[in-house]
Amino acid sequence: MSVVKSGARSRDESSPGAPREDPSPTQRERRERRSALLSRLDMRLSPYMFVSPYFIIFGTFGLFPVLFTFWISLHDWGLLTGNQGFIGLDNYVTLLSDAKFYNALGNTLGIFLLAIVPQLLLALLLADTLNRNIRLRGFFRVGVIIPYITSIAAMAIIFGQLFGRDFGLINYALETIGVGAVEWTNNRFASWTAIAVMIDWRWLGFNTLIYLAAMQAIPRDMYEAAAIDGASRLRQFAQITVPMVRPTIMFTVIISTIGQMQLFTEPVIFGRGYEGGTQGQFQTVAMLMFEEAMGRQNFGYGSAVAWSIFVLIVVFALVNVLFVSRIRSAGESERR
Amino acid sequence: MQGRAHGARRAAAIVSSGLLLTATSACGTSDDGDVELVIETFGTFGYEELLEQFEEETGITVEERVYGEVEDWNEQLTQNLAAGDGLGDVVAIEEGILLDVMQSGDSFHDLYEYGAGDMEESFLDWKWDMGHTPDGKLLGLGTDIGGMAVCYRTDYYEEAGLPSDREELSAEWETWEDFVEVGIEFSESDVDASFADTTSEFSNAIMRQSGDVMFFNEDNELIIEESESVEHAWDITGQMIENDLTAELEMWSDDWTAAIQEGAFATMPCPAWMLGQIEENAGEDSAGLWDVAEVPGNGGNWGGSWLGVPTQTDHPEEAAELAQFLTSPEGHLSAWEARNNLPSSVETLESEAVQEHTNEYFNDAPVGEIYAEGALELEPVYFGLNHFAVQQATNAEALLSWEQGQADREEAWEQAVSEAERIAE
Repeated sequence: MSVVKSGARSRDESSPGAPREDPSPTQRERRERRSALLSRLDMRLSPYMFVSPYFIIFGTFGLFPVLFTFWISLHDWGLLTGNQGFIGLDNYVTLLSDAKFYNALGNTLGIFLLAIVPQLLLALLLADTLNRNIRLRGFFRVGVIIPYITSIAAMAIIFGQLFGRDFGLINYALETIGVGAVEWTNNRFASWTAIAVMIDWRWLGFNTLIYLAAMQAIPRDMYEAAAIDGASRLRQFAQITVPMVRPTIMFTVIISTIGQMQLFTEPVIFGRGYEGGTQGQFQTVAMLMFEEAMGRQNFGYGSAVAWSIFVLIVVFALVNVLFVSRIRSAGESERR
Repeated sequence: MQGRAHGARRAAAIVSSGLLLTATSACGTSDDGDVELVIETFGTFGYEELLEQFEEETGITVEERVYGEVEDWNEQLTQNLAAGDGLGDVVAIEEGILLDVMQSGDSFHDLYEYGAGDMEESFLDWKWDMGHTPDGKLLGLGTDIGGMAVCYRTDYYEEAGLPSDREELSAEWETWEDFVEVGIEFSESDVDASFADTTSEFSNAIMRQSGDVMFFNEDNELIIEESESVEHAWDITGQMIENDLTAELEMWSDDWTAAIQEGAFATMPCPAWMLGQIEENAGEDSAGLWDVAEVPGNGGNWGGSWLGVPTQTDHPEEAAELAQFLTSPEGHLSAWEARNNLPSSVETLESEAVQEHTNEYFNDAPVGEIYAEGALELEPVYFGLNHFAVQQATNAEALLSWEQGQADREEAWEQAVSEAERIAE
């Protein structure tokens, strides 16, 4: 800016009534260019600004811990003693030859199958029932979700008493009808069953409501047409309802898989600790992680176990995705 | 204040504390320059009156943060130690976590530097010794101890034709071998109850009486396979298992508490704080049915805590003063009078207030005298790093799997050794 111009401006300032001098062409150009730049930036950047809170929070509480866990897993790291030095992939090498890890993996998968298959089947049937014109439908629809909002502590106390070996209600009933008591914690399969019951009790309603929502999107006239053609209720369910909610079923399978790979709360409550029974008969991978990292303060190894869960979930999710796309393409070729 | 837990509630606590990171802030100096201290304890330390007294004498304000269950507090303590922030100025360190805390001994002030060395005389030797880090720093001053005795059902013993008087019974089972004999006699009678609840705490009690080493030698090397005390413990509890003397219960499980209520077993290990547990679980209907006898062997202990001053504090001097005040003989006496927390101060243990204390629920048993005697007899024993994790894996889990018939002796022992090696690694 030249000296003369600045002198002119100072005169203007001394007489406020005088009209302001028009900006010079260069200045106007500059201002226009700046506002164009700003609006371009606004167009380009503001969407990112709007979504950034999620990414900042995800980065801080999601991505960073995952990466930091990996970093820790490459070290000999005690919870209280801290970093004891870089050991590369030693923790993972140990993990791959660790019998306790395979035991935990087997337990996790076993409980997963035992819990999820009946749960999803039952949820499907329940949703179908709730989708019909039954009496007190609203009441039952609310009813199925109640276990989901029950406090874990209350659930712990109730199920602990139900599955007691000597003084539990279930064993009392079994003895009364002559079946005999079951060693709920000692027997591997019995303990898996007990845990599966706890999981299903808690999550059944959740999946039911998801199915119900999907079912309500199915056009009514399909059922009417089928009914006119003389299809039974069962046939309608098998050939209209199930195929129509198939994407939702896959969604619940994926969500359940992710949830079950991290199975922790129920077995911990059931066994009152991370060890999962006297012989680890129901110790899941997540419990092993806690036992190592917190109970035995072996943070490095615990982190390696944690990462194995992460990898497992990714693998299972990929398998699911492959499976889903197979089904979809099969469905499409059928239609053709 | 001891290593106890309530089955399901404990589990729920584990879960919830695993998920929650409570943000706590350490105290500081208030605006007018007065020092404010925070002391963190759990359960019932019985410090209310003592803290008021301390505030009056020194003009320092003290806030007590009390955690319900020891597990909650242990997890919080570990996390805040690891984080290097958030702890109070004085913290309670329970027996079960003491050695883990020792690993970060640098996170605590050496109380010798604040004149606590003069207090050595007043403490039980083993309690004093256990408060030291491996390199000789005085990390914690002893608060209460659990002591050890045996609780038994007088009615069942009478029915079985065994002595039901506590002095006769104490004389009858002078050694653990005698104890097994009594058990066999009991199980051969017609009484419809098991002799004992489970083996796990008996095995712990036996090991601790050795006055020597247990799973680890003094260089912190795992010696589980050569250790005489471990062998003795497994030998005695093995006899209990082979003679089917227990109800095969897992301690603290719902079945275990129900079994106390139902009177499903006649004998259980009984540190001082267990009396309250029995009274609570067995209820008024069983008043006068239980009694307390001396523990076989030489004394014993289960539970108890120390007070330490973390380096996180801004007022180490005042904090150390508070810790010393609370663990002085007078402090011990006040805690005993408030909550019957068995003192670790010799002077208080020998005082009339303790020695002449009886418990109405337990047939007016002179519990003060019984526990004090056991505590005074106990020889210091070396624990070693990771002791409690190993003890849990061996004497609770592996031994219990044998007791409950999931494994035979050899398998259980193999599991114990391999788990111990895994932990010690």
